[in-house]
Amino acid sequence: MIEAIDIHKSFDDKEVLKGISTKFEKGKTNLIIGQSGSGKTVLLKSLVGLHDITSGDIRYDDNSFLSMDNASKKRLRQDIGMLFQGSALFDSLTVEENVRFPLDMFTDWNLEKKRERANFCINRVKLENANHKFPSEISGGMQKRVAIARAIALNPKYLFCDEPNSGLDPRTSIVIDELIHEITKEFDMTTIVNTHDMNSVMGIGENIIFIYEGRKLWEGTKDDIFHVQNKELEDFIFASKLFKKIKENNG
Amino acid sequence: MRMFYHLGRYAIFLKKVFGKPEKHSVFVKQIVREIDKLGIDSLGIVMIISAFMGAVITLQTAYNIDLPIIPKYTVGLAARDSILLEFSSTIVGLILAGKVGSNIASEIGTMRVTEQIDALEIMGINPAGYLILPKVVAFVFIIPALTVISMGVGITGGYLAGSLTGEVPGPDYIYGIQFAFQPFYIVYALIKSVVFAFIIATISAYWGYHVQGGALEVGKASTKAVVASSVQILLFNLILTQLLLA
Repeated sequence: MIEAIDIHKSFDDKEVLKGISTKFEKGKTNLIIGQSGSGKTVLLKSLVGLHDITSGDIRYDDNSFLSMDNASKKRLRQDIGMLFQGSALFDSLTVEENVRFPLDMFTDWNLEKKRERANFCINRVKLENANHKFPSEISGGMQKRVAIARAIALNPKYLFCDEPNSGLDPRTSIVIDELIHEITKEFDMTTIVNTHDMNSVMGIGENIIFIYEGRKLWEGTKDDIFHVQNKELEDFIFASKLFKKIKENNG
Repeated sequence: MRMFYHLGRYAIFLKKVFGKPEKHSVFVKQIVREIDKLGIDSLGIVMIISAFMGAVITLQTAYNIDLPIIPKYTVGLAARDSILLEFSSTIVGLILAGKVGSNIASEIGTMRVTEQIDALEIMGINPAGYLILPKVVAFVFIIPALTVISMGVGITGGYLAGSLTGEVPGPDYIYGIQFAFQPFYIVYALIKSVVFAFIIATISAYWGYHVQGGALEVGKASTKAVVASSVQILLFNLILTQLLLA
């Protein structure tokens, strides 16, 4: 479990996160939703330590991230997998080398064992015949799969996904969402997905927090989301004509 | 004030770069790769420029010495000293600041804007140490070889130009390049080239590492890297000349 306790984050004079507290549960796909510019990515990057927070605390399974020394932080990071918005694959490495990269850096396994693990992860994300291709030679959807395979290579406890559907067609988006959800269950990870895609919310949102202008305005499940009386959240959900239509049809 | 800001940030950046490498075997592999990319790939341009510059220096000196009392071998001597003292270290350094410096800044900058550096950080890897230290070590290691090759090719270019145009007979040129030879000039050039390699690799990496934005900013960082490296090369050329030759 990951817990955010009263997180504030400012860039110069601009306060982007204004006291966010929440819990991200283990074995669940936790979603952070909100409009562009609401502070979702800043929150996600603060949780993984890419941004230093101004005040508050972040706890990984009851251990304060901020109180950890560098060695403990480094150990913790090996339990973290992250899927970036643009995949962030290493251009100079092939698909297999990208997936093998964390194993090369943090294990003493021989090449055969590392390749075996890399191939397991590549097969798990249902990628075929792509081992020797470079990231520039595969599609955006395939790049996301490779990034997921790399993220799970070290069998992490925590998985962070920053807008995993960004730039993908709706069908591929669903495939990626389902993959993230399945992997979360299979490896019993604490997964946090940052998204503004309502299809993802309805597909995999087990625990959802809604961020608006740096504040948490709502928290609940996908089943609750349509019944909430909150103007900002309604504006966000029903910005999509499809969801507006569903609401009208359901009265 | 801006200069002090960059100096401070550069010092912090160097501390990160010289952190302990994550894994020795990976570090050694990366150094070999960087030697190939930064050093061997620069060999062609260094040889072409050295050959032509050696030829031009020889011909210009020959055309400007038209007094019969000055012996022809002086041309060889002047060409040798110009190449050893200044050309093969400083001018080649400036050329490599353009080629290697822009390459490093744009590579690291692109990795920054595409979040590849963040990905390394998330994995618990020191990105500055992992990406940049092998480049610095490789370039500092390979540049003496490039400098010595440049010296040889430059002097040969001068010999060919002098002989083929008939301005400096071959035996005179060869006598000139041996006349009053001071081996310390080679050491001086190598010391300078090593310092310049460090400047090019670290300053270019510094600008690339701190890029914020997109492709436009990567381009700007690349330009800044070349300009800043070139200015520092000229400054350190002056300082080292005063320290080593005075």
